[in-house]
Amino acid sequence: MTMKVRLLDIAHARSGDKGDTANVGVIALRPEWFPVLQLFLTKERVKKHFEGAITGDVERFELPNLGAVNFLLHGALGGGGTLSLKTDAQGKVFSTAMLRMVLEVPDAIAERYHLPEAAA
Amino acid sequence: MSRVVRVASGQGFWGDWLEAPRRQVEGGPVDYLMLDYLAEVTMSILQKQKERDPRMGYARDFIGAMESVFPAVAERGVRVVANAGGVNPEACAEALRETARRAGVAGALRIGVITGDDLLPRLDELIENGHPLSNMDTGEPLSTVRDRVLSANAYIGATPIVEALGKGANVVITGRSTDTALTMAPLCHEFGWAKDDWNRLASGIVAGHIIECGAQCSGGNCLYDWRSIPDLANIGYPIVEAHEDGSFVVYKHPDTGGRIDVHSVTEQLVYEMGDPREYITPDVIADFTSICVADAGENRVRVYGVRGRPPTDKLKVSIAYRAGFKATGTLVYAWPDALEKARLADRVLRERLDRLGLRFDEVHTEFLGVSATHGKLAGDVVDAPEVQLRIGVRGADRPSVERFTREIAPLVLNGPPSVTGFAGGRPKVEEVVAYWPALVDKGVVTTRVSVE
Repeated sequence: MTMKVRLLDIAHARSGDKGDTANVGVIALRPEWFPVLQLFLTKERVKKHFEGAITGDVERFELPNLGAVNFLLHGALGGGGTLSLKTDAQGKVFSTAMLRMVLEVPDAIAERYHLPEAAA
Repeated sequence: MSRVVRVASGQGFWGDWLEAPRRQVEGGPVDYLMLDYLAEVTMSILQKQKERDPRMGYARDFIGAMESVFPAVAERGVRVVANAGGVNPEACAEALRETARRAGVAGALRIGVITGDDLLPRLDELIENGHPLSNMDTGEPLSTVRDRVLSANAYIGATPIVEALGKGANVVITGRSTDTALTMAPLCHEFGWAKDDWNRLASGIVAGHIIECGAQCSGGNCLYDWRSIPDLANIGYPIVEAHEDGSFVVYKHPDTGGRIDVHSVTEQLVYEMGDPREYITPDVIADFTSICVADAGENRVRVYGVRGRPPTDKLKVSIAYRAGFKATGTLVYAWPDALEKARLADRVLRERLDRLGLRFDEVHTEFLGVSATHGKLAGDVVDAPEVQLRIGVRGADRPSVERFTREIAPLVLNGPPSVTGFAGGRPKVEEVVAYWPALVDKGVVTTRVSVE
């Protein structure tokens, strides 16, 4: 059995841009929750989350020292910088778009880390 | 306690809070004021201004900022390091001298000017000599857009700034230096860090990264528990209090708002981050996975343990080129069925553009209040009270983009109902200036330092 955990309830984030790439740094709200990000906030999960919203690949980097995982979302900004016609041409709110993600966490792990359950 | 050097951040970009520089030098003791004005596309805007008037091409906000801190610089010995020079550091220095003369403080200023980052006059020579300046993202050689290039500047590091400080400058004006060098250079100068002391240099870079966006590390744009961040109206900008060993504390002046804690600093650390193991600068490569961050009292965060390694033999070059035109128009549709009406308006407009035979590289529609920022992830919005239709076009042909701007307003009377919010008039056509990141061999860029 699994429990639904909303990323917003276990992490905070900041995002920015480099050309047509958005970076999203996701930081565990509590240091002890970082392993949950390591286990479940995978490159594949993030790729699926942003399917249709980005045209390129996803890169993933861990920063255990900060309890954070950094993602590069390529082809996210409609050409980037000044070329882009998007409101969020600089990727400033990809951070909270990321935090909308709902993770399926096995009950045993959810219990071990005292994770908050997502509202239905 | 060992000696500390305090570097205060007073501007995080051109357009940042005008009050911040003065508040930083008046709110408590600081040794240096660091002002960062340059974003990726700022150089091209400045280049356009310089083309219109050869005395322009620098961040003019800087002159006002300096006026507001003259007493601290002239009487209390606060030194200023700023990349306000843009594409015309000499003109920036001249404007500052003129303002200082009028204020009667010219005698107290020793202005250091760093030049040599501007590669625009040398582009053809560089390309001829085997430097293709290929786009780092696409691999295309610069020759494909050469005739449209507006500006080209190498990102220069801390070395020339350290030299200017060593020659006694109390105001250092650079062109396209890296944002982080503005903080790192004063620390190198004060502590005499060796050029191959990689860990200390990397600490200086991390210090610079944390404070280069101004209040974005002291409670501004901070998502963590944002409701509880106190007194944003009175927000304190960050200050780095550095030690000789490279470790430092980030803090802000007493009686200011905002908040500095592990969370606010960590959010800034991951901002605009690429591969955290290699944060590349001209002076050193910093490893962000080595950074230790710890709370050290109220509104104080200690940063230590940073590791660095030797830099590459390349410099990044920021090139801007003309890339067509764009315009964006908006209309607001109200309940009931606001989204449906906005969608119909979008279809009608697109059909009219087609019938006019207008061709664009891109036509982009957003529905603000529904899906503009988070797209499909936002889910279905039921019965929105209003929706803003935002439609933009981009293309090489200016008249086509002009014609598009004439097609928005008519929808108010000849499109779907319950429409408002068009009082701003026709959208403005903007020239698109695109960014072309490239690398060049370090050896071909020679910086010059003058202090007078």
